[in-house]
Amino acid sequence: MAFDFLQDKDRIFTNVYGFQSWDLKAAQKRGDWDKTADIIKRGNDKIINEMKESGLRGRGGAGFPTGLKWSFMPKESPDGRPSFLVINADESEPGSCKDREILRNDPHKLIEGALIAGFAMRARAAYIYIRGEYIMEAKVMEAAVKEAYDAGLIGKNASKSGYDFDVFVHRGAGAYICGEETAMIESLEGKKGQPRLKPPFPAGAGLYGCPTTVNNVESIAVVPTILRRGASWFASFGRENNHGTKLFQVSGHVDKPAVFEEAMSIPFRDMIEKHCGGITGGWDNLLAVIPGGSSVPLVPAEQIMDAPMDFDGLKDLGSGLGTAAVIVMDKSTDIVRAISRLSYFYKHESCGQCTPCREGTGWMWRVMEKMRDGDAEIGDIDTLYEVTKQVEGHTICALGDAAAWPIQGLIRHFRPEMERRIRENGAQPEVMEAAE
Amino acid sequence: MAEAPNIPDEIEVRAKWGDFKFTTTNEKLAKWQIAKYPEGRQKSAVMALLDLAQRQVGADTKTQGWLPVPVIEYVAAYLDMPYMRAYEVATFYTMYNLAPVGRFHVQVCGTTPCMLRGSDDVMAACKNKGMAKGKTTPDGLFTLTEVECMGNCSNAPMVQINDDNYEDLDYDIMTRILEDLAEGKKIKVGSQIGRKTSEPKGGPVILKDMVKANHDYRKEW
Repeated sequence: MAFDFLQDKDRIFTNVYGFQSWDLKAAQKRGDWDKTADIIKRGNDKIINEMKESGLRGRGGAGFPTGLKWSFMPKESPDGRPSFLVINADESEPGSCKDREILRNDPHKLIEGALIAGFAMRARAAYIYIRGEYIMEAKVMEAAVKEAYDAGLIGKNASKSGYDFDVFVHRGAGAYICGEETAMIESLEGKKGQPRLKPPFPAGAGLYGCPTTVNNVESIAVVPTILRRGASWFASFGRENNHGTKLFQVSGHVDKPAVFEEAMSIPFRDMIEKHCGGITGGWDNLLAVIPGGSSVPLVPAEQIMDAPMDFDGLKDLGSGLGTAAVIVMDKSTDIVRAISRLSYFYKHESCGQCTPCREGTGWMWRVMEKMRDGDAEIGDIDTLYEVTKQVEGHTICALGDAAAWPIQGLIRHFRPEMERRIRENGAQPEVMEAAE
Repeated sequence: MAEAPNIPDEIEVRAKWGDFKFTTTNEKLAKWQIAKYPEGRQKSAVMALLDLAQRQVGADTKTQGWLPVPVIEYVAAYLDMPYMRAYEVATFYTMYNLAPVGRFHVQVCGTTPCMLRGSDDVMAACKNKGMAKGKTTPDGLFTLTEVECMGNCSNAPMVQINDDNYEDLDYDIMTRILEDLAEGKKIKVGSQIGRKTSEPKGGPVILKDMVKANHDYRKEW
């Protein structure tokens, strides 16, 4: 059955490429900030229920149901502590470049979403944490926030809804780890971004010790449209449990890399053919794909070609949708180097708090560099795998896991290639093994 | 965490930066940043103030700027926080320069999505112009750093030079950019091959109505 591609009228981010202005007037003409007060007047519970029914799963990588997450926030504040919404715009996962397009081309969708989501979870303010390197994007966001204040859309009696709500932009300064929600909270408090132990979970004690929900930019920016068009509209896209539309970001060896919004569950082949002009050198030249950003294991060509691009479809292949950052590698790729470069990334970005990650990421990278030239022994592959298992699951946050998985994926699918390099390097003729 | 650099804290540095104070404009910006956070939580503004301070040092030295120790001390005092807490922040985040840099801080992304599309060539173009990783050229013009994923992956490979991104690069384009910068020419930021942003090369395959006019799709719902 042919896949029903998403039609333009069903795209949420109609200005995703920035051909038109991001400013308030232009955004309103596209439908943003249209009777926002009426949405708010539906009430907290109705909004949260509608979000649950829409099937929206968090767009930041983990895929946790957004409406459910909001429902963890306290309904009352017995001790007077306010609640906060923190919007994660620290987009730093290698391969990911979708939130950038929202921030610089459709900022009002995010601000309106912040107000509605903030109201639904009873937060008094939202902090948008933008990665430091998005300098121009942060400028646009600051200007858009100012426009929204000046127009009375946020602030006191926001959009004449009777609800007071502030939105602030906070810039990071270069640290991948701040994309982890508790590290982000630490960073917002003016500290180095090292993740906190959970519990307590942010919904109980987050920013300044107050109840906090951290949501990805895309998760918040789609909220107004979902509530305008209804949960059933959003849920009509994608397979069961994988509903909605999604911003995909394709990089690497395709003819035309691009960012685009599509229906969830789009088959990989259809996606690449329609939006990216095909694989460089044709489909026979495809080697492997990292389908969800650097943290998820790679998938070999023959397994992904016709797979549905959604949470469950990619989980079935031992990988994940992550942020839908699709890194395509053709047969010209030095696959060991490609993964080793990711190992270097994690070594560089480890915050140093947990020993398995602090020591393990460096060790894994050094061994991966040896694997590039085959300057190792066959048994080192097993040792490397064993170390990834020691790092995985033994750290406060998921950075340790994220460093381990790409290597595990490589060994799972490309062990023969790793062995070939070792044999050809000749450092360890196989007959020597018995001598030990 | 980045490799720990040598952090200069010598007599000359103190002599030059010991009296550092925000300019009137930056004082206003600092107050505006602090006001974003609840009463008593002014420490939250430390990242923004360090950035402001670095930019002010940059304006004074006609470089991207850096954070001499006395300047970090000033920011810490400004926010009524211990120096060590501000120092912790300054050394944790990669965008704070802890040693002087050149007029143009050339930050080449080398992470896998850029690597797959030729960041080696971009790096080679820099090296061919006499640049070396972690070093400033003798004329003080360029400092070269290899950075981690900058989030421009569908426009790879890319470089960030001071506040501007240059995308869809290759060896020749990067060479031209460096030459134009050295000659003080103005360069178009963003994609260098004519893309607006992250639409496919040659023009969008979706949302074509948006190219010419601010189309309102609600009529088609």
